[in-house]
Amino acid sequence: MREYLEGSIAVARAVKLCRPGVISAYPITPQTHIVEELASLTASSQLKTEFINVESEHSAASVVLGSLAAGVRAYTASSSQGLLLMGEVLYNIAGLRLPLVLTCANRAVSAPLSIWNDHQDSEALRDSGVIQLYAENIQEVVDLHLFAYRLAEDPRILLPVMVCMDGFVLTHAYESVDLPEQDQVDEFLPPLELIEKLDPFKPLSMGIVADARFYMETRYAIQETMKECLVIMPELKKDFNKAFNRDIKIFIEEYYMEDAEKVLVTRGSVAGTVKDVVDEMRAEGQKVGMLKIISYRPFPAEAIYNALKDLYAVGVLDRAISLGSWGPMYTEIKALFHGKDKFPKISGFIGGLGQRDITRDNIRDMYDKLDWGEVPCEFINLNREFLIGARKYT
Amino acid sequence: MKEVTIHARAGQGAITVASILGMAVFLEGKYALAFPHFGAARMGAPMNSFVRISDKEIRLRSQIYEPDYIMVVDYTLMRGFNIFEDIKPGGTAFINQPGKMPTPQVQGINVYTIPADEISYDIFGRTMGNTVLLGAFAAGVEEVSLESLCKAIDEKFSGEIATANKKALEEGFNYYIKKYS
Repeated sequence: MREYLEGSIAVARAVKLCRPGVISAYPITPQTHIVEELASLTASSQLKTEFINVESEHSAASVVLGSLAAGVRAYTASSSQGLLLMGEVLYNIAGLRLPLVLTCANRAVSAPLSIWNDHQDSEALRDSGVIQLYAENIQEVVDLHLFAYRLAEDPRILLPVMVCMDGFVLTHAYESVDLPEQDQVDEFLPPLELIEKLDPFKPLSMGIVADARFYMETRYAIQETMKECLVIMPELKKDFNKAFNRDIKIFIEEYYMEDAEKVLVTRGSVAGTVKDVVDEMRAEGQKVGMLKIISYRPFPAEAIYNALKDLYAVGVLDRAISLGSWGPMYTEIKALFHGKDKFPKISGFIGGLGQRDITRDNIRDMYDKLDWGEVPCEFINLNREFLIGARKYT
Repeated sequence: MKEVTIHARAGQGAITVASILGMAVFLEGKYALAFPHFGAARMGAPMNSFVRISDKEIRLRSQIYEPDYIMVVDYTLMRGFNIFEDIKPGGTAFINQPGKMPTPQVQGINVYTIPADEISYDIFGRTMGNTVLLGAFAAGVEEVSLESLCKAIDEKFSGEIATANKKALEEGFNYYIKKYS
């Protein structure tokens, strides 16, 4: 049914439809509304789940780890510092091959303290073995959560999935969203059946020591599964589309790419603003397009390569930075073209850190700059006045 | 697409107004994106909320810089700050005006003042002018109907709170009609 909901409430409703047996979370802005709504649904018996209050994000992640180890579907959510505190456990959850679904309400990382949105927090968990899917709008957030449970729990995958939604921009915005019915979700997402789980009648050990003879194979196994995701996800997409009667995008979204010469690569909600600018510039006769990355882990390298290979120029807009290196998406996209005979000019832009607004004019400027030489790591929209203070230590 | 900026202090219901307006537009079969200003709002701190209204799906996610309409829930926000500066030429401002305060004179912009605090005090027993102002907005510009706003209130609230807020909408609406048309 189509409803008008705040993003966080929509996520909570989607999670409810997935019937998690255990929810554990610790409040942090801008994630809080999601778990508040889930707590409220639990308190009013609309959601039958074990809602476990804890004293930190580390504990929240540990509770859902335990729940999944016992074969019970689980959910948690966090942001920023809270997600980083979970990080230690999330590596374990991935290594234990437990199918957690969690939401990252994307927020910048301190210091200085910023409660506002960028992608630095989820970026910090890029290498953890957690699948990462990024949403542009609230409908995508809902759909990706439903998809995430099926993906995580597929017996061929068994990896945690993190759905990333921009803090405030999506968590605190109200939009029209279509939530499916319970029976549709039940048909798409059968109850969780783990073959290996903690059971007092069939004791087993999990997460044991793996010395140099055994450890590497576990990493290889996750890496192989990540690659297999690229084959399995389209299968699950078919089931999703059938169950909910819509077309979910899972790897990338191409916007006016067919005859484009210049393209911006983006992730998350800013893609919507970029699409509006593409429309404006197309109306002026400029051949521009946009590529949105939805699945960041696994990285759909081949699809991205094919989408970009014939272009004249590509700009990669990162809303995070690997300090001392470049924008993380820029680095990976640049690497795709190494050693190829034909490649576009590729520039890297850093923008929207700590929710510095990315306006239509900013986006137009980036498209214009693609006509010049390549820039590896250009910060857009810097305030020169504040830069002097920020550099006082150097 | 039309853009609305709501100026208020945190706690004065700017986000509630934005979400009710958005919901009402949605109930009329159009698209609305309601969102807060990207700031931390402690009670009493100046803050904004925004609404975009369109016949088409809204994808634009940046903040609103040149609104078609503004609503000023707290008159004191106009002190030392030109709230009208960025409004589109020919745009419209709805201002909650306490009895003794002067009506701002701004060229090229339609300014409507409503004693929303006084009206709301009689309804809620305290000053809560946000929904009164929203009623005047429905009367003053053709973006949303009073009926849809009342339906949106019923979606969001129940019981006495819903009844009081619908009354506030209606009184704001009627005040505008009586004074300006």
